[in-house]
Amino acid sequence: MGNVIEAFGLVKRYGEVVALDGLDLAVQEGSVFGLLGPNGAGKTTAVSILATLLIPDSGSARVAGADVLKEPARVRERIGLSGQYAALDEHLTGLENLDMIGRLYRLGRSRSRARARELLEVFDLSEAGSRPVKTYSGGMRRRLDLAGALVASPPVLFLDEPTTGLDPRSRLDLWGVIRELVARGSTLLLTTQYLEEADHLADRIMVIDQGRDIAQGTPDELKTLVGGERIEVTVVSSSDLPRAQEVMQRFAVGELASEVRNRRVTAPISGGAAVLTKALRALDAEGVNLHDVGLRRPTLNDVFLTLTGHAAEPNGTRGTSEDQSSVRGKATS
Amino acid sequence: MMAVVHMFADAAVIAKRNMIKIKRVPEVLVFVLLSPIMFVLLFAYVFGGSISIPGGSYREFLIAGIFAQTVVFGSTFTGVGIADDIQKGIIDRFRSLPMSQAAVLIGRTASDVVYNVLTLLIMALTGLVVGWRIHSSLWEGLVGFGLLLAFAYAFSWTMALVGLLVPSVEVINNASFMVIFPVTFIANTFVPAENLPTVLRTFAEWNPISSLTQAVRELFGNIPPGTPDPTAWPLQNPVIYTLIWAALIIAVFAPLASLRYQKAVKQG
Ligand SMILES: Nc1ncnc2c1ncn2[C@@H]1O[C@H](COP(=O)(O)OP(=O)(O)OP(=O)(O)O)[C@@H](O)[C@H]1O
Ligand SMILES: [Mg+2]
Repeated sequence: MGNVIEAFGLVKRYGEVVALDGLDLAVQEGSVFGLLGPNGAGKTTAVSILATLLIPDSGSARVAGADVLKEPARVRERIGLSGQYAALDEHLTGLENLDMIGRLYRLGRSRSRARARELLEVFDLSEAGSRPVKTYSGGMRRRLDLAGALVASPPVLFLDEPTTGLDPRSRLDLWGVIRELVARGSTLLLTTQYLEEADHLADRIMVIDQGRDIAQGTPDELKTLVGGERIEVTVVSSSDLPRAQEVMQRFAVGELASEVRNRRVTAPISGGAAVLTKALRALDAEGVNLHDVGLRRPTLNDVFLTLTGHAAEPNGTRGTSEDQSSVRGKATS
Repeated sequence: MMAVVHMFADAAVIAKRNMIKIKRVPEVLVFVLLSPIMFVLLFAYVFGGSISIPGGSYREFLIAGIFAQTVVFGSTFTGVGIADDIQKGIIDRFRSLPMSQAAVLIGRTASDVVYNVLTLLIMALTGLVVGWRIHSSLWEGLVGFGLLLAFAYAFSWTMALVGLLVPSVEVINNASFMVIFPVTFIANTFVPAENLPTVLRTFAEWNPISSLTQAVRELFGNIPPGTPDPTAWPLQNPVIYTLIWAALIIAVFAPLASLRYQKAVKQG
């Protein structure tokens, strides 16, 4: 199987800002490619170029066998795009929006209608389908917009932050829909700010920052790079620390990190909550008094810290800055 | 050949979508229809009584001018509609579809003709109420309305370009006001061009709004007998001159707008 999406040396500048700085990427047919990056990393810019909306300052790209710059019309026949912000007509109903898109894909009157109904069903919008979109909630708009990208069942899909703004349940539902799509053979490039999401959906992830590729690999490879899941245990008194270390060693899949001053032991694990439960039982059996305990998963922030040495978001919240110090501590210990 | 068929099919889909919007947001329509009524009444009663035209009725003389000014102002809708679509990101969606790239603009300008048809209808009825009549034939009267619509359609392509260049509703409203207002005033819309000072007079004589107004006046039979014939060529051949302008405007602005459309992206 070849590459369905390929880009070579994409550069896009907006005045002083370099949105894309020589980005290369290759996505295999039938796979899901996750483009992961913080705000302003260049995700939307990359998607816009690949979907023929934006012309790069230099570089080239091919999508579904057609050159993005030279044959944009052929590219458009084979892609579906759902942008970062829902592109819907507020005054049309859900059905009318999808039907309009179907007609513009030249599906023909009755096929277009039928397809619109089918998609409303899939996205749980059948009832709302006859209401103008301006009465929809954010999540409903998001789903309708996504449905718009699927109208013509295109072989290549671009979804720019498809689950941003969705509640956890809708997010899970959407993940299900996306996985089904891919199971039917579509190739998907999706952008996200959540490692968890890329982990869940993508076969390959590329982490970008300031328009550059800073890491690439399977989700497992990336997580290994950052350290994967870990349990953090803080004991009440320092005298318990050796025993806690001894217990945690049994569950760790790699080296323990200990911070004596904070009375904390961090153990890389795999197996999630089940392992956490076992570890807690074992600690309890040994009579270790715990001050705090938690299962930590690597976040996008961890990936960033590890790969770039700077935080993902310049104006991080307090939560993320705490996270930073703990990872830094680990890196230096 | 197929491409042309597709272009019109796609434009029809877009136009239909715009029409649904007219139906769903009737407030816009109310405003669109009330302001021409107000214009006709204002001009008829405020100016109509105080200015006299030898051998005729100033009120009748005015009507064609008001019609011309109002339908040309109608082009603002085209710019606003496009700016709105860009802001809402829906143009991005259209641009990612394998549709004809000219269709969005053609569909937009076409559906905006509906506004002007309704506007003219309402203004004509109001005109009849205040005493305006078509003194020629029904046929000539219809040609007059057709000419108004044709010129307004052409003019809407200029606003389409403005809407693509600066997709902001406020800017478009101001731009249309700043351009259309003087252009429709330095013309024979409200006073005979002959009464203007020389520089303005020359401008007015070659202004296509003047020729449009002159043509419509002639077609409606609203030029009082005994009015001296115009001396400038455009006003002697107003129908031809107006059509040439309409064709020129489309020939220049439709390609420019289409080119610009290829690059239209949501700002910010
Ligand atoms: N039209 C524009 N004019 C000026 N600068 C722009 C424009 N579009 C994008 N940029 C800049 O290019 C950079 C990349 O933007 P882009 O939208 O691709 O980021 P992103 O990864 O999609 O971010 P987000 O997660 O916030 O959506 C940013 O610094 C942004 O400010
Ligand atoms: Mg983005």
